[in-house]
Amino acid sequence: MGTTATMTRPAPGVLNSTPGRFGAYGGRYVPETLMAALLELDAAYAAAQADEAFHTELNGLLKDYVGRPTPLYFAKRLSETLGGAKIYLKREDLLHTGAHKINNALGQAMLARRMGKQRIIAETGAGQHGVATATVCALFGLECVVYMGEEDMRRQELNVFRMRLLGAEVRGVNSGSATLKDAINEAMRDWVTNVRTTFYILGSALGSHPYPTMVRDFHRVISKESKRQILEHEGRLPDAIVACVGGGSNAIGAFYEFIPDANVALIGVEAGGRGTALGEHAARFQKNGGGVPGVLQGTYSYVLQNEAGQVAATHSVSAGLDYASVGPEHAMLHDSGRATYTSATDDEALDAVRVLSRTEGIIPALETAHAIAEAIKMAPKMGKDKIIMVNVSGRGDKDIGIMTREMDLGGAASSR
Amino acid sequence: MAIHFSKKPGLVVYFTAGDPDLATTREMALAAIDNGADVIELGVPFSDPLADGPVIQRASERAVARGTRLSDVLGICKEIRTARPEAGIILFSYLNPVVRFGMEAFAKAAKDAGADGVLLTDMIVEEAGEYLRVMHENGLMPVFLAAPTSPDARLKAIAENSQGFVYAISRVGITGTQTELASDAQGLVERIRKFTKLPVALGFGVSTAEHVKAVGEFADAAVVGSAIVALIEKTDAADAPRAVGEFVKSLCGGVLTA
Repeated sequence: MGTTATMTRPAPGVLNSTPGRFGAYGGRYVPETLMAALLELDAAYAAAQADEAFHTELNGLLKDYVGRPTPLYFAKRLSETLGGAKIYLKREDLLHTGAHKINNALGQAMLARRMGKQRIIAETGAGQHGVATATVCALFGLECVVYMGEEDMRRQELNVFRMRLLGAEVRGVNSGSATLKDAINEAMRDWVTNVRTTFYILGSALGSHPYPTMVRDFHRVISKESKRQILEHEGRLPDAIVACVGGGSNAIGAFYEFIPDANVALIGVEAGGRGTALGEHAARFQKNGGGVPGVLQGTYSYVLQNEAGQVAATHSVSAGLDYASVGPEHAMLHDSGRATYTSATDDEALDAVRVLSRTEGIIPALETAHAIAEAIKMAPKMGKDKIIMVNVSGRGDKDIGIMTREMDLGGAASSR
Repeated sequence: MAIHFSKKPGLVVYFTAGDPDLATTREMALAAIDNGADVIELGVPFSDPLADGPVIQRASERAVARGTRLSDVLGICKEIRTARPEAGIILFSYLNPVVRFGMEAFAKAAKDAGADGVLLTDMIVEEAGEYLRVMHENGLMPVFLAAPTSPDARLKAIAENSQGFVYAISRVGITGTQTELASDAQGLVERIRKFTKLPVALGFGVSTAEHVKAVGEFADAAVVGSAIVALIEKTDAADAPRAVGEFVKSLCGGVLTA
């Protein structure tokens, strides 16, 4: 499309065209004030990547502090209950702080320290990235400010307390829909204002280059481990990998090492919310009422928006998937057909929470439950010799309040 | 019609189009021109104005809520152009509404509406190849932002690719009024001048006649935005054109007598 070319060539006299392109998507669309900081970050990240000592320290902390590697667990009762494909769960929910988010928060905090930045800011939706950031800031003795939509503060109250307990300042944001998008706007305003002293730990594979690449790299460890583990368990690669997609960080980490393996289906699951009309969901790749390519918060990707280019409100029972845009690498994988994107509704996700809890004794986060919901749909249609790997991006403790309100357990014993 | 600063410093006045409504925006722009504004920046309201402070955020929110679209802003641009053939008019927008409209279609429509130039808040020179092509093909002047954090190599690219004027940001941060001008503003303007003979306009935090006068000591023009938008916020729509005209006159007054 016409806009694609718009997004890819530098002005005359500019030496380097922007890196950080995923096909037509990605790039850097930010106020000029941030450019020096983004270039500095780009250089610091490249230097860290080339520095063996950085990797040694990161890997040591991932092992001893974060709890890697995470298990790849065969969900026998879930598989038998569904009566089709074998389902394996990659247990990112077992990591310190309870979600995959800490892989990235730790890596970026180490970069901040290398760059001599003492003040950290972050945005958070479900609160898991905020908690992970507050945690690593406590670990390294860094000042931490987390922006969070007030709507999300209400529905993820437990995580707000955790962040404060860890020493972070949580600043509520009440503009727009008071969710993740608005928290990112406010974090970017802080960064523009305090850019000389502040490091922005962005929590998903979003935003301007180098964030989508850097965040993906820090989560790549998920698929590096799972590839080795599934070969150990089964002696072959899975038929499908399923992960939920908000910004898309756990999904890109779970997919990445399998992208060259054309026989492995990559399936991202977006938030179908409570309907297909614009405003009722966060399914950017939905065919009707979904997103179209545009620029939001520094990157060119699919954006839920109206015909005038105003960004649409979104809805999901899960705060972490409740976002109008999506990481640019997913936009590329979508267009190329290498990955497939589908959605699960609020109700399907809540059902999936119940199913996984009662078949495996694992209470997933509401975000993760969207991926479980897709596995529940797929597995019965597949033969028993097929293998699905689901990325369990986080645990559900943070969502107990929402689940209490949304689910009727009837005080009865388990049906399964 | 052209970007021309008739006095020193010249005055650029920003409006969030559609706040309080399009007709009032048009009348306020005419009043600003009649009271000494050289250039009007017509801001296209956007749902996610991440470079803006609370004043312009609120104005954008009101204008978006009223359903103000880029095509509406082009409409009043044409009306202002027709009424004041000599005034400078710049369309000021975040990228997404323009991308949605279509870059090429936007440039043609902006030209038809009589705009002199365009400023896209989140368009940096590295990404601007296609944007510049359509600007040039349609005879529109692209204005880029230059920041205190921009190193010289970036300022050079910004200056070489801007037309009409270069917009220097007085301080790091978002838009908004402040009591004193940033101390590093002059240094930035001097660095920009190494690379261009274009006029340099200074904005962000320029709120009073004293500021405008101080800007005149080292820059060619002052951009006043949030102070105008805040005035509009607290004034009845019917009285807003008069109030804006008076305020603009006071901003210029401090200069003309200097």
